[in-house]
Amino acid sequence: MDGLDDLYKEIILDHYRSPRNRGELAVPPAISAEGFNPLCGDQVTVYVQLDGDVISDIKITGTGCSISQASASLMTAAVKGKTTSFAYDRLAVFKRLMTIDDTPGEPVNLRELGEMAALQGVVQFPARIKCAILAWNTLDQALTQSPQ
Amino acid sequence: MSTDFSSLRSDIPQLTREVHGRRLVYLDSAATSLTPRSVIEAMDQYYERHHSNVHRAVYLTAEEATAAFEGARKDIASFISAPGGAEEVVFTHGTTEAFNLIAHGWGARHLGPNSAIVLTEMEHHANLVPWFQLRERLGFEIRFLKVTDDFRLDLSNLDELLHGASLISFTGISNVLGTVNPVAEIAKRAHAVGVRVVVDGAQLVAHHPVDVEALGIDAICFGAHKMMGPTGIGAVWAKRDMWAEMDPFMGGGAMIADVSLDGYVPAPDNRRFEAGTPPIAEAVGFAAAIRYLSGWGMSTLQAHEEELAAEALRRLAEVAPGRLRIIGPSSMDQRAGVISLDLEGVHPHDIAQVLDQHGVCVRPGHHCAKPLMKRFGLSATVRVSFGPYNTSQDIDVLIDALTAADAMFR
Repeated sequence: MDGLDDLYKEIILDHYRSPRNRGELAVPPAISAEGFNPLCGDQVTVYVQLDGDVISDIKITGTGCSISQASASLMTAAVKGKTTSFAYDRLAVFKRLMTIDDTPGEPVNLRELGEMAALQGVVQFPARIKCAILAWNTLDQALTQSPQ
Repeated sequence: MSTDFSSLRSDIPQLTREVHGRRLVYLDSAATSLTPRSVIEAMDQYYERHHSNVHRAVYLTAEEATAAFEGARKDIASFISAPGGAEEVVFTHGTTEAFNLIAHGWGARHLGPNSAIVLTEMEHHANLVPWFQLRERLGFEIRFLKVTDDFRLDLSNLDELLHGASLISFTGISNVLGTVNPVAEIAKRAHAVGVRVVVDGAQLVAHHPVDVEALGIDAICFGAHKMMGPTGIGAVWAKRDMWAEMDPFMGGGAMIADVSLDGYVPAPDNRRFEAGTPPIAEAVGFAAAIRYLSGWGMSTLQAHEEELAAEALRRLAEVAPGRLRIIGPSSMDQRAGVISLDLEGVHPHDIAQVLDQHGVCVRPGHHCAKPLMKRFGLSATVRVSFGPYNTSQDIDVLIDALTAADAMFR
């Protein structure tokens, strides 16, 4: 079951069983966006509290598989207390990690991604890539609509 | 007397495949069924010897192709005991197109602001969305039969819903719950008040012997690939008088009697419902699948699949007791070999992913029945569904794999 171990790494199972930053924030002052995976019915809501350009707090609610929920949890841990431009940068790097095509480009620096690199194995399971990206796209949506 | 199904398994080339180093255990027949060699060979033979466009040409291979294509229509008609024979069968690209044909072909002529139709809460999106699309244009009312807590259609207010309606369309067997609906009873009550009866036969025709006259229905939609035939072809059977009430849904070649720059005249017969070059090789494959199923006998196959489903229901009770819930009838009374399950604390996608590594093909998701999922407060289930080629050993592997999945995520 080599493939499965690549997909379900211990860090992922840990974030699935004990998700970080679960919950809601009052909107406003926070901003929020809802994301759906129409094929499987997964749903996440991302709440972001911005303090100037800094994501001072982030919370997530929703339901989904271990990959979507762990990815959401890892994402909150990665961007909380960071600037929005840092979040966009991580989003771009994460999307590159989740890309199946092998068009030449800068290789993803896994060390830069920290714990999020645990999701690297997802790319071997194309049907699950959309699960891993759901929370990130939803964060993108929330930040894009924020009045700046 | 029990039938030996081992030769049936050896008729299916795909069953010799290994996936992830394991024997392929195919438990997704409600999505699509595996294909016997005879069906593949019939289509190969067609492309190697007889391929030509059907109708209108006079050369030999075109006559052969036409005979094979029209022969398939006859085989389908007799498979479901169509009282009016082949003339009552119209080919479509599948069950979904079949519903679109009925909705737009019949509904557009008969429905309007003061009319109503009846659907049910357990329908596949194919029997919901075409009606919703039509409602946007015509503004009629859609009423829904509810599903009871024990996964049956709630017929307690059927007469009330039928009152003033002009059509009821519902599934013969739920593709999620496995529930077998009382088609003949509903048809009788609908006809008593002059309501047309359309049945989603995608699962029913694939897994039960069907006699449309005995069921007393007006139309049924089904697709070849769920009954061991190829993808890309399906059929509508409707009673002659129902076809007479329908307008062509798609225009183009083959469906006309005459065309001038002033307009067109549709073909007088049911050819007016088949625009363009039809899926000919697929029709040949469809007929081969029907011959294959008939060779075993639909009653024999039904009994075999129900035996497997009964065993699976018994054995699923061993997995994660108290946390594994069957989303469907718990007994085999009026139930088919489609079993949806919900395992508390483990998402269907994760279960299906672990099962795949064991070689087990099942389907996680909403199974194109989102209103039904909502009715039971779920976003997805894991669905196990049987075909004629499944065995007790498949259930052994399923149970082991489910136990492993549960241990992994709990």
